[in-house]
Amino acid sequence: MSDYLHTLAFGIYPYIAVAVFLLGSLVRFEREQYSWKSGSSQLLRRRQLRIGSYLFHIGILFLLVGHTVGLLTPKAVYEVFLTAPQKQMLAIVAGGIAGTMCFVGLTMLLHRRLFDARIRATSSFADIGILGLLWVQLVLGLATIPFSLGHRDGAVMVQLSHWAQDIVTFQAGAAAHLVGVEWVFKAHIFLGITLFVVFPFSRLVHIWSAPIGYAFRPYQLVRRRGARTA
Amino acid sequence: MKVRAQIAMVLNLDKCIGCHTCSVTCKQVWTSREGVEYAWFNNVETKPGIGYPKDWENQERWKGGWRRKRSGKLEPKIGGRLRVLAKIFANPDMPEIDDYYEPFTFDYQHLHTAGESKAMPTARPVSLITGQRMEKIEWGPNWEEILGTEFSKRSRDRNFEAVQKDIYGQFENTFMMYLPRLCEHCLNPACVAACPSGSIYKREEDGIVLVDQDKCRGWRMCVSACPYKKIYYNWQSGKAEKCTFCFPRIEAGEPTICSETCVGRIRYLGVMLYDADRIEAAASVENEQHLYRSQLDIFLDPTDPAVIAQARADGVPEAWLEAARRSPVYKMAIEWGVAFPLHPEYRTLPMVWYVPPLSPVQSAHEAGHVGWDEATGLPDVASLRIPVRYLANLLTAGTEAPVVLALQRMMAMRMYMRARTVENRLDAGVLERVGLSAEAVEEMYKVMALADYEDRFVIPSTHREYAENAFDLKSACGFSFGNGCSTSGSVGANLFSTKRISAGHQAPRVPIRRVPARSEAAAARPTAPAAARPARQAEEV
Repeated sequence: MSDYLHTLAFGIYPYIAVAVFLLGSLVRFEREQYSWKSGSSQLLRRRQLRIGSYLFHIGILFLLVGHTVGLLTPKAVYEVFLTAPQKQMLAIVAGGIAGTMCFVGLTMLLHRRLFDARIRATSSFADIGILGLLWVQLVLGLATIPFSLGHRDGAVMVQLSHWAQDIVTFQAGAAAHLVGVEWVFKAHIFLGITLFVVFPFSRLVHIWSAPIGYAFRPYQLVRRRGARTA
Repeated sequence: MKVRAQIAMVLNLDKCIGCHTCSVTCKQVWTSREGVEYAWFNNVETKPGIGYPKDWENQERWKGGWRRKRSGKLEPKIGGRLRVLAKIFANPDMPEIDDYYEPFTFDYQHLHTAGESKAMPTARPVSLITGQRMEKIEWGPNWEEILGTEFSKRSRDRNFEAVQKDIYGQFENTFMMYLPRLCEHCLNPACVAACPSGSIYKREEDGIVLVDQDKCRGWRMCVSACPYKKIYYNWQSGKAEKCTFCFPRIEAGEPTICSETCVGRIRYLGVMLYDADRIEAAASVENEQHLYRSQLDIFLDPTDPAVIAQARADGVPEAWLEAARRSPVYKMAIEWGVAFPLHPEYRTLPMVWYVPPLSPVQSAHEAGHVGWDEATGLPDVASLRIPVRYLANLLTAGTEAPVVLALQRMMAMRMYMRARTVENRLDAGVLERVGLSAEAVEEMYKVMALADYEDRFVIPSTHREYAENAFDLKSACGFSFGNGCSTSGSVGANLFSTKRISAGHQAPRVPIRRVPARSEAAAARPTAPAAARPARQAEEV
C-alpha cells in the first residue's frame, strides 16, 4: 500500500501535474485571458508591499533558477567544477540566503493580505490560498537545511537530482530514488508538484507573462483596424 | 510625410460653468462598476487646486510624461525600458487609492431599519472596498470644488510657478476657473511607451488610445507614466482602464458622451491631420516653451493639395478629409490660435486642447480696476482677474504671448460683435489690432459663441475601409468583457477563481458589514440584517 502511494505521488503525480499545468494554462489563456493578470493590490495599500514584494520576488526567482539548475544538471557536468559535497554546501548557503529573503518577504505579504482590511476584503480564496501554499512550501524548503547538514556527503542531494532527471527524461521507476529519503524532502517535493497543479487556477499565471519582450520593443504602438488581434 | 488623422477635442473654458454633467454622464456610462468606483475618466477640477488625484501636476513626485535626455532622445520619466522592468514588483511612483479617494456609499438601510430613538437616524459612510464604516471622509474626487479647502493647501498647485501667489489668498484678489479633464489621446503617449505587456495602443485611423483588456497584465506602469493621471487601475479586475473617447459613439459619427451632454456647449470634436513622421522630433525640441509651437507645426493644412494627395495615398478616407476641412478644432487651434494643449511640457503632444477663460473684465473695468491697453484698444489682459502667467503655466509651458493674443482675440470678438449688434457699427480697428479679419470673427462668433451642434461636432462616421465585415459578425456574441463569447461569467462559478463581470451581469455590491457593537437594537429586530439581503438577491438574478 505504501509502495503504491509512493509511486503514485512521486512517479505518476508529477506527470499529472505537468499536464494540468500546461493544459490548464493554455485553456485559461485561450478562453479566459481577461482573468490573466498579476493581481496587484498596490493601489489599495502601498505599505509593506514594496519591501515585501521585492524580497519575495527576487528570492523566489533565485530559488526557481537554483532548483532548476541544481536538480537538472547531470552529475558528469558539475563534477568538472565541484564535488557533490561542495555542491551541496553551495546549495545550502545560496539557497539559505535566497530562502530567507523570500521568507521575510512572503511573510510580510501574507501578513498584509490577511490583516489589512482593504486587501483582505478584495482577496479571492485563491489569492490567499496560493500565498499560504507558498509560505508552507518555503518553510518546508528551509526546514530541509538542518536535515541536509546532517549528511554532508551530498548523497541525498544526488538521489533527489536523479529523481528529477529521471522524471524529465521519462525513466520508469523514478520514484525509487526517493525511497528512504527523509519526510521533509518528500513533503517539499509533493507540495512543489502540487503548486504546478494549482498554477493555472491562481494568479501564478502571470509568471508566463514576464514582459521580457518589452526590453526590445519600440516605445510607440499603433494598431490598424484590420490587423487587430481578435 | 506620413498623413494620419485623429479625432481631437477642444474645451472652451471661457464657457465652462462647472456643472459636472460631463463627469456624471461619463461615470454612468463607463465606470459605474466595482473596481473603478474611484475612477473618473472625466472629472472637473476647480483651479487653483491640487486636483484629482492629489498633486497630479507634480511630475517630480509622480514621474509622468517624458524626459529629454542629454542626447536629445526621449525616454519615459519613470525610466527607460530596463528601469521600468526593474520597478515591476512594486511601482514606487504609483498613487495609492487615498490619493484619489476611498470610494464610499452611505448606510441608507439604517434609515429604514433603525429603531425608535430620540435623535434622527443617520446614514453613515461605508467604504465600498472593505464594506466597513468610515468614521470621516477626508477627501473626494472634487474636494476643492469652488475653492473648497484652505488657500495654503490649494496654493500647492504647480501652476503658481513664477506667480506671486500670496495675494491670491486674499478674498478680494481670489480667482478660480474650472478645468474639465479627460484622457488626452496624445500623439506621443507615455502610457503606451511604459506598458510592459504592450497592451495599450493608439488606433491608426482615429488616434484613440485604448487598453487591450485581454492583453493587460496589471503591471501598473501606465498609471505612473501618464502625466495626466488618466489611467486607472481597476482593483477588481486587475486591469488598467481609461477614457475610450467613447469610441463606439465616435465610430457611429456621434460625439463622446461628455461632449454630447455638455450643457455649456463648451466641447468641440473634429478631425486633425498630422504628419506622423515628425512626432518624435516635435516632442523632443530642447526648450519646453517651444513645444506648443512644435506641436502646431506637425498639424497639416487640410486644404493644401499636397497634403490631400499624400493623405489619400496613406489611406485616409475622403469623408475624413472633408471633415478635416470643416474641423472646429483646426479652426480654434490653428486658424485663430485660441486653443492650447494642456501642459505641453510633458512632451506627450496631447490632443485635447483648451481655450483659456477670460475673467471678469467689465464690472472691474467700470470700477476702475482694469487698465486699458493703448496699443490694442482692448482692456489690458495683464489686469484680468486670472493671472496670465497662471494660464500660461497650464497651457503653454509658461510662454505668455500666445495666451495673451488668444485672450485679446476673444475680447476683440466680443467688442466687435457688441458694436455691431448693439451700436450697429463695424469696429474694424479692434480686429486689425489683434490680426483677425471680419470673416474670421463672424466664424469665431458662430463656432465659439453660438456653438450650434453641427458646428461643434464634425465627426465622420467610421469608414467602410475600417469596418469589420458585418456578415462575419452575424450571430456573434456582441459586447462582452473581453472573453469573446465565454459565458462562464454568468453561471456564477468559474474554474479560474476570479470574480467575473460581464455585460448584463454585474458583480454584486459588497454587502455592508455591520459593526457588532452597535447591534443591540438590531438583535432585537429579526429583520435587521436586511442590508445584506438585496445584494444576495441581485446575485440570484
